[in-house]
Amino acid sequence: MALSNLSEQPVGVIGAGHFGTVISNMLAQNRKVLLYARSLEDVIRINKSREHLGYAIHERVEVINDMARLAQECEVIFPIVPSQHFRAMMKNLAPHLHPYHMLIHGTKGFDITLPGGQTIETVQQLDRSVVKTMSEVIQEESVAVRIGCLAGPNLSRELALRQPAATVVASHFNEVIQTGKRLLKSDRFQVYENSDIVGVEIAGVLKNIIAIASGALSGLGFGENAKGLLISRGAVEMVYLGRALGGDTKAFLGVAGIGDLVTTCNSPMSRNFTVGYRLAKGEKLKDIIEDMKEVAEGINTVRIAKKCADHYKVRALITDRLYKVLFEGLTVEEALEFLMRYPLNVDIDFI
Amino acid sequence: MEIIEEKKNKTKKYKPILDRIPDWPVYQLSQNRKEFIEEVTCKAIERIHELRPLYTKLIEDLQTSALREQNRIKRNRWRVDPKDDSQFWLTVKNELAELNAQYTAAVHPQVDEILKRIVHRYASEIAGNFKPNSYRFASSVIKFWFARLLNGARVKKFGAFFRNKYSLRDKIHIVGKVRMIRNLARKGTVVMVPTHFSNLDSILIGWVIHAMGLPAFIYGAGLNLFNIKILAYFMNSLGAYKVDRRKKNLPYLETLKMYSNLAIQKGAHSLFFPGGRRSRSGMLEKELKLGLLSTAIEAQRSLYNSEAKPRKIFVVPVSLNYHFVLEAPDLIEDYLQVKGKNRYFPEEDKYGSFQMIKFLIKFFGNRSNISVSIGPGLDVMGNYVDEEGNSLDAHGRIIDTKDYFMNSGEITVDRQREDEYTRMLSHRIVSEFHKINRVFASHLVSFIAFEMWQKKYHQLDLFNLLRLPEEDLEIDYEEFKTVFKRLRTQVYLMKEKGKINYASHLKGQTNLVISRGIDNVGVFHLNRPVLKNKKGNIITKDLSLLYYYHNRLVGYGLEQFI
Repeated sequence: MALSNLSEQPVGVIGAGHFGTVISNMLAQNRKVLLYARSLEDVIRINKSREHLGYAIHERVEVINDMARLAQECEVIFPIVPSQHFRAMMKNLAPHLHPYHMLIHGTKGFDITLPGGQTIETVQQLDRSVVKTMSEVIQEESVAVRIGCLAGPNLSRELALRQPAATVVASHFNEVIQTGKRLLKSDRFQVYENSDIVGVEIAGVLKNIIAIASGALSGLGFGENAKGLLISRGAVEMVYLGRALGGDTKAFLGVAGIGDLVTTCNSPMSRNFTVGYRLAKGEKLKDIIEDMKEVAEGINTVRIAKKCADHYKVRALITDRLYKVLFEGLTVEEALEFLMRYPLNVDIDFI
Repeated sequence: MEIIEEKKNKTKKYKPILDRIPDWPVYQLSQNRKEFIEEVTCKAIERIHELRPLYTKLIEDLQTSALREQNRIKRNRWRVDPKDDSQFWLTVKNELAELNAQYTAAVHPQVDEILKRIVHRYASEIAGNFKPNSYRFASSVIKFWFARLLNGARVKKFGAFFRNKYSLRDKIHIVGKVRMIRNLARKGTVVMVPTHFSNLDSILIGWVIHAMGLPAFIYGAGLNLFNIKILAYFMNSLGAYKVDRRKKNLPYLETLKMYSNLAIQKGAHSLFFPGGRRSRSGMLEKELKLGLLSTAIEAQRSLYNSEAKPRKIFVVPVSLNYHFVLEAPDLIEDYLQVKGKNRYFPEEDKYGSFQMIKFLIKFFGNRSNISVSIGPGLDVMGNYVDEEGNSLDAHGRIIDTKDYFMNSGEITVDRQREDEYTRMLSHRIVSEFHKINRVFASHLVSFIAFEMWQKKYHQLDLFNLLRLPEEDLEIDYEEFKTVFKRLRTQVYLMKEKGKINYASHLKGQTNLVISRGIDNVGVFHLNRPVLKNKKGNIITKDLSLLYYYHNRLVGYGLEQFI
């Protein structure tokens, strides 16, 4: 009975970026979808042309510009907006939310709130009291409690082509996981369950660091041995950092951890990879950022992770060197040389 | 030893919100005690079947329960335990063994019968027995004798014994949201969750409820307290139900939760100590027991599900603040032993009726006061409520608590969801405990003295620190005073941010406040935790005890200002 009710209701998606658009199309296979886009022009244009960012828009997707309507009509909402706009988006959405709403986000980034005038570099320390995952932002800003997240190797282009892929729906609430599963699962899309939402979120965020490093290795013209080395050591670093930030080791070994890491490190299309690649080619960070339309979450993540690693006294060599490359003028070659010479000989010591 | 008087307190007299005892929910519950026990038994059995759908599994669980019960009887027997305990469980065990041996579906009715026998026995043991006459009697006895003790001890004149200059209200300050809790008790059902430091809490809180003009609450009191006859008498008459922490088996836990759940659903205001037992370390509770807490959430959902105009349930955190905890030396001893070696020790109370009375005499004869802070009302999800009982979100918008239980427009029963809600509620309560905690001068003095020594000997771990000879420990008074001033300022700042509260006596001239703290901290212990020596410097006679009193202010990050 509850099921049939739910199946008549539309599902909401917030954010008409690549991933938001593709997820809307996937959801539209079994359900009417309301997709919220921030700019009114986009809304009008997409509804008219039925096309966006190169994706054809499913006929059951209606693009809207009205948060109130979205919350009113949809009990399940997928917020998928860049992490630096996430809190502002939640502040707009929150007045329309009720405790029965389910929010399953698909954003991979941290939120930080610093005291007035401070930056990540000037602030004395960064710890978990100011660095938040998106599920924590949702909880802080709204009455919603049934919160989940989507994470995994999900390149928008491949999903749009209906290539086989999988994701993890993580939540403390079983009903959220089951709802997410029911809505997303198809013969080409597998959905795994995880109850460690914070671990899954952190895994999805930290892998962006390693993705930049992977791009850099490619930029230097190195092959698969180097990449294998990077991915395995990167995974170890993610576990260390992730545990310090409140995740459980297991999340990092699953689809949202290793799975996403391997995919991102092998995808020259991804923004994070591109940043690393161009750095290795000798370009300046400032110029690279200016060229990009959508943000590379990884750049901010490096800044935050470096500061957190300092605070929690975690050894995070890759993050640390990458930070120096991005912001302190170290060259990629120098960073690599340091890492290759580092006298580190324990392979795995966290299981 | 001169103890400096605290500011005259302003605890007012409150009129009862329900005049006639027969109108009290707790009275109605006890009037129908038999039927209520039947109902609890029935519903608990239903729940147990739901949790153990397979009879083979159920039999296994009952067998484990029987074994554990026999073990308990052998190892840790209490005076309150029924005489036929061991016979009962022996029979149950034998019958189960037989059924298990010849197991077919045909034995199901017999298993049901045994289950019913067990659950009914537990329900009868748990159920309180509130009697209006003994309630009236008990409260007047408490009032009369406490007044005698107070007046006799305070006014040192012949005949003072029969005066009424002081009453309990001078002794026990009730601060915080009293008006709100009175309002909420009219509009809905109150579940009070206090911090737990001393066995005295149970009686104290009973009096506080009475003094606030609220009808008697049912409350979950440790069965061990019923070993002490004088306590047993008062607690029975105040409406206590019994919680036996030795029994951890499935039928017992489900029966206990069902009792609390149904009583709350019937509108009986209730109280239990969510920490489960007295704080061993002297710290505010960090982790709560989720069992009884979950019953508030479940009761609320059931009410929304079954009634047209459901009563709302309000959770009210309460913090009890003492200068002195009678059992502190034993509690901290337990804590250190467990922390040091992690070994099992049976729980025992060294205090009988005589010690209890002796303590009361000491306590009331002395000017060391107690304060009780009533926290703001919360709904079962931990949202603040307004005076009308509406739940508010962080921005003051009114929200409907019912929505937490809705899915696709209907109330749904989802135990996993409610477990998660319970966990969230427990975090909210812990955070409220920290906010309403009232800093006494004695707490701050202990905290500072201990932290200063810890800082000085930072290379030692806790156990080595506690083993230092007391003669080696001395803090220069002026140095102490400087730190005291600094930390007091921090406490003021934290209060402005709503992170903590402090007693009015904390303000005022520094020397005075420090001596007030020193004179009051652990005032009746054989070895005083803090005192001044002839030179006026700070010393201790018992560092472990000092550690205990110091712990009250742990968790605020104050140590960084030492």
